[in-house]
Amino acid sequence: MTKYEMVVGLEVHCQLATRTKLFCGCGTDGYGETPNSRICPVCTAQPGSLPVLNAKAVELAFRAALALECRLNPVSVFARKNYFYPDLPKAYQISQYDKPFSEHGRLRLSEGGKTVGITRIHLEEDAGKLLHDLGALKIDGSLVDLNRAGVPLIEIVSEPDIRTGDEAHAYLAALKEVLQYVGASRCDMEKGEMRCDANVSVRPEGAQRFGTRAEIKNLNSFKNVKDAIDHEFHRQVAVVESGGRVVQETRLWDAAKGETRSMRSKEDAHDYRYFPDPDLPPLVADESLVARLKAEMPELPAARRARLTAQLGLTAYDAEVLTGDRALADFFETAAAAAPKGAAKTVANLLSTEMLARLNAESLPPSQAPIAPEHLGRLAGLVVAGTLSSKGAKDVFARMWQTRKDPVELVSELGLAQVSDDGALREWVRQAVASNPKAAADLKGGKDAAIGSLVGAVMKLSGGKANPAAVRGLIKEAVQS
Amino acid sequence: MSVTEADVRRIAKLARLRLSDDEVSRYGGQLSKILEAMAELGALDTSGVPATSSVTGAVNEPRADEPRPFPDRERLLDNAPEREGPYFKVRKVLE
Ligand SMILES: [Zn+2]
Repeated sequence: MTKYEMVVGLEVHCQLATRTKLFCGCGTDGYGETPNSRICPVCTAQPGSLPVLNAKAVELAFRAALALECRLNPVSVFARKNYFYPDLPKAYQISQYDKPFSEHGRLRLSEGGKTVGITRIHLEEDAGKLLHDLGALKIDGSLVDLNRAGVPLIEIVSEPDIRTGDEAHAYLAALKEVLQYVGASRCDMEKGEMRCDANVSVRPEGAQRFGTRAEIKNLNSFKNVKDAIDHEFHRQVAVVESGGRVVQETRLWDAAKGETRSMRSKEDAHDYRYFPDPDLPPLVADESLVARLKAEMPELPAARRARLTAQLGLTAYDAEVLTGDRALADFFETAAAAAPKGAAKTVANLLSTEMLARLNAESLPPSQAPIAPEHLGRLAGLVVAGTLSSKGAKDVFARMWQTRKDPVELVSELGLAQVSDDGALREWVRQAVASNPKAAADLKGGKDAAIGSLVGAVMKLSGGKANPAAVRGLIKEAVQS
Repeated sequence: MSVTEADVRRIAKLARLRLSDDEVSRYGGQLSKILEAMAELGALDTSGVPATSSVTGAVNEPRADEPRPFPDRERLLDNAPEREGPYFKVRKVLE
């Protein structure tokens, strides 16, 4: 039986994180707002209006391209993509066609993982939104909301390098992480800020030629992308196996039914008659701008993970958790710098348990945590130095979260400092051994597990403040004597 | 260069124009003449001239990313053939 492999390329649209639209001064914050509350003569295509390019959109698009290791073309050209649809008031979309602003990039999926080529990235404007009824109310027409029309997008087209649904998922996750890291896009899928189409074909394993591809639209979550691709692969294999031919067409993913179905193909639908938009001059990649953007480029997540594991000895898992969000990673590094050498692991533990749990519970971004990173570093220092038990550290963290105070101050305020003072410890040990003669005898007789109840007794006597490591040593000493 | 009847019908369809048979032959003739005139330009030697998409010589003239809300959206809505509350209204579109 022939074995088949899938060949997938993804086209991802991401909304650039600008305040205004690509060619006019209307706000991009129209999601969920009054319909048509963000419109003007330009984005509603009133006669005589002219587009003026948003400098910030260019900057963010360039940043995305640099982060994806793309080449920036010195000159790119805006083109009109012509088609009639009511969500497109000009009857054309301003996009880029044969001269996109960047090409030839790549994205590494995860540490040591495969690399997916980026064919090109181009700038374009979004279309509006159509409604066919208002809730239960049927309308004898369709309604148009142009709040989204003209919002800046980049379309990122990958090479057909993806071979499994899981790889597609990993590609999207890595892409989202990078774009968020450099601040190019918020990639909020629920708000439609990141959307994906997939080109899927199959071929016998080992074959060089590509099969005929189908384009799958309407993929609005990472899971949808993976499911749709896997489903489409099996559908196409079944077509080929039964002696049929895959048709080049656009298919729609129906998440509820878990299947793709053919969209009625409209004749001439794809004759877009692109031509350079005479309203817009060519876009020149200004050298000083590009130099500045390169200088400002932050360390990207993959490189950061590698550095944190190598330099600070974090586990791959900790590094993954901490670098997933740039602000969280920044917080960690500031905290680790304020902690003594060797305390980075403790900082990471406190962050990924105590802090992340609270941030999630209160839906706060790391930048709004009511704790200074330096204080977290100092807290880790207190744990490493033995001043605080791990239980004590949890208590102090809780107080830090409420009071924003320095942990050193809180430890003395709360009387939480671990007691390592020999005299005090010896007295507690003496009492514990005296009141637990059986455990003491068992321990002396070689039953090491018996030490647990003795340590427990000391902790109880000390109100939890005894340093457990010191206590164990003293108990052994006491029973042997 | 001669534009065929089929070319004219196809272009008309893309432009959402409904043409009579008379118009098809008339515009076919006109389009052919326009293309012939353009073909004369093709005779010029442009081997030393870089391709361009713009004749003004202007490059990026971007604006700052500062919101400038348009003050009269009601007029934009009223300017459409039909509206429904805050929406523009068009003939029913399916799909
Ligand atoms: Zn506008």
